[in-house]
Parts: sequence; C-alpha cells; structure tokens
Amino acid sequence: MSEKTDVTLTINGKDYAIAVEPRRTLADAIREDCGQTGTHIGCEHGVCGACTVIVDDAPVRSCLMFAVQAEGKAIRTVEGLADGDKLHPMQQAFMDNHGLQCGFCTPGFLMLAVGVLEREPNISDEALIDVLSSNLCRCTGYQNIIKSVRAAAQEMRK
Amino acid sequence: MSGAHTKGSGGDGMKWVGRSIRRLEDPALVQGRGRFTGDLSAAHWVRFVRSPNAAGKIKSITAPDGAMVITAADIEGVKKITPMLHKFNYKPVGQPILADGEVRFVGEAVAAVVAATEEEAEDIADLVEIDIEDAAALVDGRAAIADGAPQIHAGMPGNVIVKAEIKTPGFDDVWASAAKIVRCDARSNRQNATPMEARAAHATYDSATGRVTLHCTTQMPHLVRTAIADCLGMPESDLRVIAPDVGGGFGQKMSLCVEYVLVTWLARKLKSSVAWTEDRRENLIASFHSRDQYITLEGAFDENAKLLALRADILANTGAYSCFPTTCGMEPLMAMAEMPGPYDVQQYDCLARAVVTNTCTMGAYRGVSRPSITFTLERLMDKAAKAFAIDPLDIRRKNLITQFPYKSAMGLEYDEASYRETMETAVEAINVPAFRARQQLARDKGEYLGIGFATFSERTGYGSPAFAARGMAITPGWETVHITVDPSGFVEARIGSSPHGQGLRTTLAQIIAEEIGVPPEMIKVVHGDTDTAPYGWGTFASRSLVISGGATLIAARKIKAKLLKIAGHMLEAAETDIVLEDGKAKVAGTDREVSVAAMAREAYTQTHRFKGEIEPGLTESGTYDPPGTFSNACHVAIVRLDAETGHVKVERYLVAEDAGRIINPMIADGQVHGGVAQGIGNALLEEIIYDESGAILTANLADFMPPTAHEIPPIELHHLETPSTQSITKAKGLGEGGTIGPPAAVVNAINDALTPFNVEIDTIPATPQRIRTLLRNAERAS
Repeated sequence: MSEKTDVTLTINGKDYAIAVEPRRTLADAIREDCGQTGTHIGCEHGVCGACTVIVDDAPVRSCLMFAVQAEGKAIRTVEGLADGDKLHPMQQAFMDNHGLQCGFCTPGFLMLAVGVLEREPNISDEALIDVLSSNLCRCTGYQNIIKSVRAAAQEMRK
Repeated sequence: MSGAHTKGSGGDGMKWVGRSIRRLEDPALVQGRGRFTGDLSAAHWVRFVRSPNAAGKIKSITAPDGAMVITAADIEGVKKITPMLHKFNYKPVGQPILADGEVRFVGEAVAAVVAATEEEAEDIADLVEIDIEDAAALVDGRAAIADGAPQIHAGMPGNVIVKAEIKTPGFDDVWASAAKIVRCDARSNRQNATPMEARAAHATYDSATGRVTLHCTTQMPHLVRTAIADCLGMPESDLRVIAPDVGGGFGQKMSLCVEYVLVTWLARKLKSSVAWTEDRRENLIASFHSRDQYITLEGAFDENAKLLALRADILANTGAYSCFPTTCGMEPLMAMAEMPGPYDVQQYDCLARAVVTNTCTMGAYRGVSRPSITFTLERLMDKAAKAFAIDPLDIRRKNLITQFPYKSAMGLEYDEASYRETMETAVEAINVPAFRARQQLARDKGEYLGIGFATFSERTGYGSPAFAARGMAITPGWETVHITVDPSGFVEARIGSSPHGQGLRTTLAQIIAEEIGVPPEMIKVVHGDTDTAPYGWGTFASRSLVISGGATLIAARKIKAKLLKIAGHMLEAAETDIVLEDGKAKVAGTDREVSVAAMAREAYTQTHRFKGEIEPGLTESGTYDPPGTFSNACHVAIVRLDAETGHVKVERYLVAEDAGRIINPMIADGQVHGGVAQGIGNALLEEIIYDESGAILTANLADFMPPTAHEIPPIELHHLETPSTQSITKAKGLGEGGTIGPPAAVVNAINDALTPFNVEIDTIPATPQRIRTLLRNAERAS
C-alpha cells in the first residue's frame, strides 16, 4: 500500500501538488500534506464531524473521502473562512455567542453551518437543529452553537 | 435560614468582574489557528498493539522481520505506574507501561510499533502476533467479589483494592427507632468522557541539551512531568511538558497514561521526535473509563418523613489498575465522604469498596462520584416520598440543610449555601401545578410525561487538606500565579492551572483587570508549559477559578500595592489618594495621572529614582490553598416517554444554581450548558458495554453515543449568588455541577412518567431497551 499517486488539491483557492497513497483520507492530506491543521479529526469514522470541510459548496466529512477523490474540486477549510483580517459572520457569531469552549469541534461546526446556510439561507430553526445534530460537541451542550448559527444566519442574509 | 443570597449576577459596582466579556481564547480557535498536539509532525510514529484478550498469560509476541517493535522486555528499568494511598487496607498495584507477561484487560498496550509514518506503523501493528493463553475474564464488579472469583492481581484475594468503613456512634439505636426504612439499589453503568480530541503525545529530543519536550493532551502538565521523570529515572529538569490547546478533558486527561511514558522513553532512546495519536476506538477501549458502580442506599425516616440515618454500600468497579494520581479510591472514597449531600442527617453507616476487574482502568469523569451519589440519594428521596405518600418536594423541604456552617456526619464543613432557595427558585420557575395538569391531560390521551427534581451540593475548590484526608500520597490543592507587568505596560500572568476550554484565560484576566485597572485585552494568561508556568496542579474538580483565581487575586493585589507605591512616587501624592483605572493611576480630585505603561517603564529602567525605597521590576507571586467550598443547585427535568418504544425525550430542563460570585456569566452559563448535556448523555445514552469475555461492544461513536443537538433541549438557567466565605474571590466552582444533576433529575422524571405502569428504573443510562424490558415484564405479570 505504499505506492503514491500525484494529486493536486485546491484548498481555499490555492493549489497543493502532493503525492499520496490512494488510501489517504482527504482529512489527513489537508492536515499533513498541505499543512492546514485547522481541520480536526475526532473519530475517523464519520460520526463526529470535526473534520467537516466544504467541497464544491457542500459540507463533507473529510475523513470519509479519499484525497484522490478531491482532485479538481474546490475545497474550503476553516483557514479560508475569514476575508483577510475580517472574520466571517459565522466566526464572529461563535465568538459573540460563546459558541465554543475547547474549540476542537469548532472548525467542523463552522464549515457545516456555513455550507448549509450558503445553500439554504432561510433554513427553519427546526431544520437547522437537524443539520447541527450531524456534528458532535462535548463542551457547549449545543445551546450556544445553535444561538451562534442563528445569529450568523441573520447576518448572512443581510 | 441564614445568610444572604442574591438572585442573578450582581457586579458589586465592579468594572470587569461579573461581566460577560468575549473570550480572549476565541480568535485563534475560530480561525483554525489553535495548536493541538496532533498538529505536530514527527520523524517517528508509534502505534500500540493492544491485547485482544481480557485476561491471560502472554506466551509470545512475534514481530515482522526488520520492524521496530518494543515490548516489556525492551523497557526493563522503566518503573511501573504505582499510585499510592496511605490507607491501611489499600493494596498498591503497579501498572506496567507495556503488559509484562500477563494481560488484564482488552486494549491493554502489549507492544509499540515504531515507523516513519503513521500508516506504516499501523500496517506493521497488524502483522504483530500476540499469543495469549486465554483465562476467564472478570468484568462485573459484583462478580469480582464473589466467592471463588479468580484473582486479577496476585496477593489481592477478593479483588478488593481499597475498602473503607464508617459508622457513627449511636447509629444502631437511631436505626432501630425509625418509622420506615426506604431502600434504593442504584446502578451507574460504565461510561467514557469522550473528549472530541482523543489523547495524543509528541516527544522530541534536543541533542544540544539532552532535554525532551513532550507535548501531550493533558489537564495537569506538571504532574505528568513529575510522574514520567519518576518512571524513567531522569532528572525532572530534563523534561519539559507542554499542554498546548487541549480539545476537552472532562477528567479523562487528568490521569497519567502509559502511552505518554513510552513516547517520552522512545524520544530519548532514538534521540529524535516521536508521536502518537490515539484513534477513537483506542479512546473508547483503552483510555480511562468511569462511573461503573453499584450503590445500595437505605434511609431510616421518622414518622414525619425526617431522615434520621443513612446506610450505604458503595461498590466501584475501578478496572484493572489504579489510576495516577487520584487512585482507584477516588470514586468510592469520595462517594463515602460526600454521600449525605445536601441533606441534614447525622447518623451514617457506610461501606465503600473499589474492586479490580478485567476492564479498562477507571479514571475521573466530570462530576466524579457525585452524579452517582446524587442519582442514588435523589431516587431514595422520591421513593421515600412515595412511601410516605407525600410530595417529592415536601420530603426535600423537610430534609435539606438550612443552617450554615454545617458539619456533616463525615466531618465536612459546609459553608454558606442555598439548598432550599435554589429548589424553591426552580419550583417557582417550572410551575409544577401547570405541569401536573398537563401531565394528567396527556395521560388521558395515552401520552406519558414526567417531572423530576435533583438537589445537590458540589464540593469545589478542593485544597490540599481534602486530598490529604483521602490519604493520597500526592495531594493536589494549591496553585501559584506569577504576574508581571512588562516594561511596555502589558501584563502577563503565568499560572500553574492548565485550562482546556473553560475560558480561564479570560476570567483570570477579568480578576486582574478589576484590581489593577487595565483592560483584559492587555493581559495575557500563560499556562500549560512546565518551562514557563509555575508548578501547579492543572484543571479538574471545579477548582481552577477558586484556587488559581484566588492565587491570581493575591498576586494582583501585590501588583496593585506596588503600582500605588510607584504612582505615589511619580505623582508625589499619598498612595491612599490614588486610584487605578483605565490603565492609569489617578490622584483623586485632581487631573494628575500617570499610565501603567509609564510606571512599568519606570520600574525597570529608572529604578535609581526609587532611592532604594521600591524594589526594581514589576513581578509578584500569589499562592493559594483554600479549604474548599460547596456550590449547590436544583435541576428539574420534564420528559416525554414513549411507552411503545421506551424512547425518552427531555422536553424541558431547568437549572437553579449557586456558585457564589460569578466572574463571567456567559462563561459560567456555558459551563452549565455543557455539563448538563453530558449529564443527559449519562442519564439516557452513554454506556460502555463489555461482553462476558471482556470485549467491548461499544468501540465507536455509533455504539457509544454522546448526545447530539437533537437530544439536548434548551437549558433554562437561574443563578443565585451566595458569596463563598471559603474563597477570597467569593466564587465557588461550577465546572462539574451541570453533569451532577441530570442522571437524578432525568431518571426521577422518567419514573414519574412511569407511575401508571407501576414500574421503576434505578439504572443509568435509562436506555429504551431497559425501559421496554421493565414495561414488558410488567405487562406479562399483569
């Protein structure tokens, strides 16, 4: 299993030409081959969602996708969320509403919420909880994550 | 009732303390710029080969040709981890870093594979063959103490590793005088704290100095350094331990794990960098487990439902080894000491035992013992209410402690608290009559609602005497804080405590800001690095804000005193006429002022002007070791039970709590929210299940289920503030409180909902399967 394949990943608009084994997950490639460690790995079996990134406008669990499958796709990670020094409304809302504690699950929640709200800006409160229940957080009890995402949704609609 | 309790968060005219300021921790974390142990790259990667058997002798370990595979034989001289308790009937047992001749639980590290990449190490680990002569596994705590049970460790017949007993004088007479004896047999099943970041270690050797730097995901870096240096027989100053950003601990990361010792040993051996990142399966099978206990509690009541005496039998299954530093005594001995909780009862008879089994070692998990004892006590109170045919709230009204200070039957001093007041606040907010009406209407339609209450006290801010009383050979307690105002006027506080998500950097900055009048943004709190932070015990047991906060206040007051001296000198004014605010020292009633930055510059670079009257520099230290205090709360759950499926939905959850002075209400609320969510998970979902052979059936997050946003209702919070007399900041701790109440409140609510079926559940988690079994058996019986 040690033969490597050349692949170019486009992360936050920048190309990374890397060589990976076909079995390398997108999560590992983003973190280890491209050095973008903001994307975290919490379970490696698709339950916790800490590794969520946006691939071609849809939030995906990067531990369930192989790096070679992401060739030619636009990958967005937490590092690309802010516009220079200006935080994305979702990042700002998480800070304003205490939507994080240890911060480990936070990049995954940010990418999940941004991905969903870009697709569905007027999502109902009920559907939002449904979406947010796809990622796990062990610190916040979800209360302030829900509050943060609702606040950001309002801001993003402006 | 005595003392003053105020509702809501009052700032006492304070500028920074009591305000919900945004966390200083957040900007890096929301941008993916946090630095976690797993973010570091290494020259060598480790994969542990773990025992597939729960018990047995190792016959052989076969490694593939050319692979670097470390076994117990290779690490001769590395000492076992041997936690100590100064108790006459404690039997010390050492945990080998790698299983030495024998395995004692599924998941025990038997060998370590070292390779250039993680994948390669995994591939090789798959090829390592371990031949074990399988022996029968002991999984259940009660089976372990049964006659004829095999011994897990030589010289420990009966598998009881520590035992404690107490009986107050006169107990038997009071017991005999009771009108009613009520009994509860409660079972708290095994659970896992499940921080989102699993464990990880990265050690690197510096060939210039011979020192090793270990990054690891721990709650107590200094003690990790002490313990690893002990195991490896190395000078402690040759080891630097760094807890960078830590992705949650919840107690699981406060015990020393063998993996960190081995990774450090390897870095020294290879003179290189070595890393290990735990996967989720390893975390669920081989990290520290928790809860697992049987508690039988009997209450003797007089004819007025007043509790006269309490008898407890506490049996904790603490797994194969004793955890370091708190030991296997943590759960049973703490349960024994704190069992009467918020209730006034002076007669107490208790037997507490920790037993070893072929299961993963038990460590701390948020709440430690209190979730189980509160669950049992509050079930007992509800059962007693039923036995006396009175309201569950009335039996609590009769028995809650209302006079403070109060000395418990175990000799604990309870400081001023608000057990009755928090309960009445909760009762008023939840509107019980309205609920009862709704419950009746629902029941008529075949829908089952229930309400459950839990009142409890939470001992927080444990100082060293509390751990000494438990007989611990290592007594955490005190904390030290060094505060420096640097020559630019910016402030740095170096703390021994080691936060991992609690927002302590912000709350400590608020305490300093309040004293010396500079905004929190100008204050950096440095922690988690043994080279730069003073020796301290880390963050656990709802202690940091109380103890580290106290040390911070002491140091900040010294800085304030010195700033006033410098200001007096620079402004030629009396110190008593000077106030510190807005980053300046101002002479009251005049326009004369000088900035903290100018004073700091003076303190370093113009000391000749002090004429020897003021010491150069601007650094002060504070050390604090308080006796400990008690937070308290009342939790209320309203649940909807689906009798067809056994599914329970928590519809409403309310907390009325008193943690003394609140430094940052937003952060305090966040701590309660998170705790309650874990507690609801403990009550309904989370369970580590072993089969008879000692294999774990819940080794992934689809089987071991932490709650999601779906399972957690909006949490309603009401704060009371009884300033602590035992803490100089007047704050009581609250990190664990949220987790302590839900098993009791939720299960009491389930039992209230189950009333028409005449069945009761006294086990957590109260899973649909358990509830359905009860209902099915009741259907069959009728």
